[in-house]
Amino acid sequence: MQQLGMGQAVNQALREEMTRDERVFIAGEGVGVSIHDNPMLPTADLLKDFGVARVKDTPVSEAAIAGLAVGAAVSGLRPVVEIMFNPFFTLASDMIVNHAAKLRYLSGGKSTFPLVVRIKTGAGFGAGCQHAHNLEAWVAHCPGLKVVMPSTPADAKGLLKAAIRDDNPVVFIEDMMLYFVPEPVPAEEYLTPIGKAEVKRQGRDVTVVTWSKMLGVALKAAAGLAQEGIEAEVVDLRTLVPLDRETIISSVRKTGRLVVLHEATRTGGFSGEVCALVTEEAFSSLKAPFRRVTGPDIPVPVSPPLERFYIPDEEQLIAAVKEIV
Amino acid sequence: MEVAKEKKIEMLRSMLLTRRFEETLTELCKNEGKIPGMMILCTGQEAVGSGVCAALSPEDVIISNHRSHNHLLTKGADPRAIMAEIYGKSTGCNKGKSGTLHLAVPEVNAPCTTTVVGGGLPIAVGVAFSQQYKKEKAVTVCFFGDGAADEGSFHESLNLASLWSLPIVFVCENNLYAGAQRYEEHTRVKDIADRASAYAMPGEIVDGNDVLAVYEAARTARERAIAGNGPTLIECKTYRCRGHGESDHQLYQPKDEIAAWQEKCPIPRLSDEVFALGLITAEELSALEAEIGAVVQEAVRFAEESPYPKPEEALEDVFV
Ligand SMILES: Cc1ncc(C[n+]2csc(CCOP(=O)(O)OP(=O)(O)O)c2C)c(N)n1
Repeated sequence: MQQLGMGQAVNQALREEMTRDERVFIAGEGVGVSIHDNPMLPTADLLKDFGVARVKDTPVSEAAIAGLAVGAAVSGLRPVVEIMFNPFFTLASDMIVNHAAKLRYLSGGKSTFPLVVRIKTGAGFGAGCQHAHNLEAWVAHCPGLKVVMPSTPADAKGLLKAAIRDDNPVVFIEDMMLYFVPEPVPAEEYLTPIGKAEVKRQGRDVTVVTWSKMLGVALKAAAGLAQEGIEAEVVDLRTLVPLDRETIISSVRKTGRLVVLHEATRTGGFSGEVCALVTEEAFSSLKAPFRRVTGPDIPVPVSPPLERFYIPDEEQLIAAVKEIV
Repeated sequence: MEVAKEKKIEMLRSMLLTRRFEETLTELCKNEGKIPGMMILCTGQEAVGSGVCAALSPEDVIISNHRSHNHLLTKGADPRAIMAEIYGKSTGCNKGKSGTLHLAVPEVNAPCTTTVVGGGLPIAVGVAFSQQYKKEKAVTVCFFGDGAADEGSFHESLNLASLWSLPIVFVCENNLYAGAQRYEEHTRVKDIADRASAYAMPGEIVDGNDVLAVYEAARTARERAIAGNGPTLIECKTYRCRGHGESDHQLYQPKDEIAAWQEKCPIPRLSDEVFALGLITAEELSALEAEIGAVVQEAVRFAEESPYPKPEEALEDVFV
């Protein structure tokens, strides 16, 4: 099977959908000509292969980029626009939050907005908090937006294709660290359904719910715990909205314990939603209180030891599991 | 008005200092893992910050962007604290929280630097409002690139600053590129300065590689602002001689274009002039270069020998 980083998998999904459907175009800062000549990046060579009519480099104008998607989508195109780094979502957010998410509802279901906003995210590059800020919980808090955050290249390919074919606005968040970790990706055409979590490792003692880059941390910790006889089940959400409640609840019913792991900061983080769901729906199955392993409530710092302190790691997850098992 | 000898030497010194500082950073970045994050330099653009800051008083405030080293060093920031911050050391001016991209040096009235493109302009409006409110005899300078003029914040800020006659000097460093986009690929207007007329303020176009011209334009704009006559937009035409950042191989920048602009380097342009005018001797110039070399060397030594912050220090400084 082909080995692709997540950026290459995204690139393949974009190519397949652009080839299949003339209405699909991409736009954003540096999606065509880029300061990075790196084939691992998601929009590499798309300009060369699809031309300037469909690969639109924009000025540094996030509000207009997001608005372009809203207007083009309601007019019958299927835009896939890129917001370079997650913190710049704030500049695009009026168009995404107040418009993409709400205009269908305001039309009484008459207008549709089939658009995808791809956002690059993730700490670990030493660039600091104006480049790294995981805002998925903010986006998930806005009714009318689907939120996808893949953890593997194979999922990214299938999920992005599904997002492009979805008739709703989808915010698709990619952790850049995953661009550089090749994994097997099926070469053939496939769709991965939005709204379905996946159990990435079976286990009986504790459920670890996670997504995006933290899946790797969860799987490593689970391997370590297994050596000590603790079998963790790892649930990869893949999609935050709509949330696959059934997969979470049935796993916790089986294991009786829950730890949620994400890189985003703690207060108001999406782990709170997962824990609330489990408390509401599976309280009687819980043998211990849930635990959350998250980034601390600070902006992402630059200095290497500070940034390492910020990013949750295997040791923290193992310690949290051991507290409740 | 003839620029005083001391001013010229001051500007030469600050351009030389920035150049040496940044050339050193280029070398340091070649050691994997030594310097965290991106490295964004202003090689070839030094005349802008050096000319503008030479026209300021210590109490004037600057708000800078991702390409800030020259602005801050020229405003008087301690090269050791800047270098240590770039390394991510605890002795850095921001205790390792910022790194190179958002250096804040309130000690020299550079209270915030933002790497969000266009983010500095609305902040400058607020700083200038406070100067006006407190009836201070001081102005705010906001440095930004040509790309930032495509953000909504640019337009909102110029409008408000003009409406309230705020004491701001908006300094657009038009280095012909915004990321990988050449100027004419991201905007239709021939000169960013033209946009000033849309907000009823003067728009000046300056040769951004002529430090004396930049100085003059900034001095005039500052006087206007101090007199209560409102903001000015100065567009400095210059060129980004290196990539956007140090990892950018400049594949989209024509080689002959880069070479032509290297010929227009602002540093020899001034040093040749002061030399020809007899304002500095060859010995004095080499002594100046040696002094700057020592300053940068000391900054590197200080950064190298400083400790990293302790991991838990990450939790400090979120709130007062
Ligand atoms: C809001 C926002 N969008 C995108 C970026 C990424 N980015 C950083 S610098 C840059 C180009 C800015 O060009 P310009 O304003 O001309 O300044 P220059 O880099 O040329 O000095 C871009 C797009 C950013 N930092 N902030």
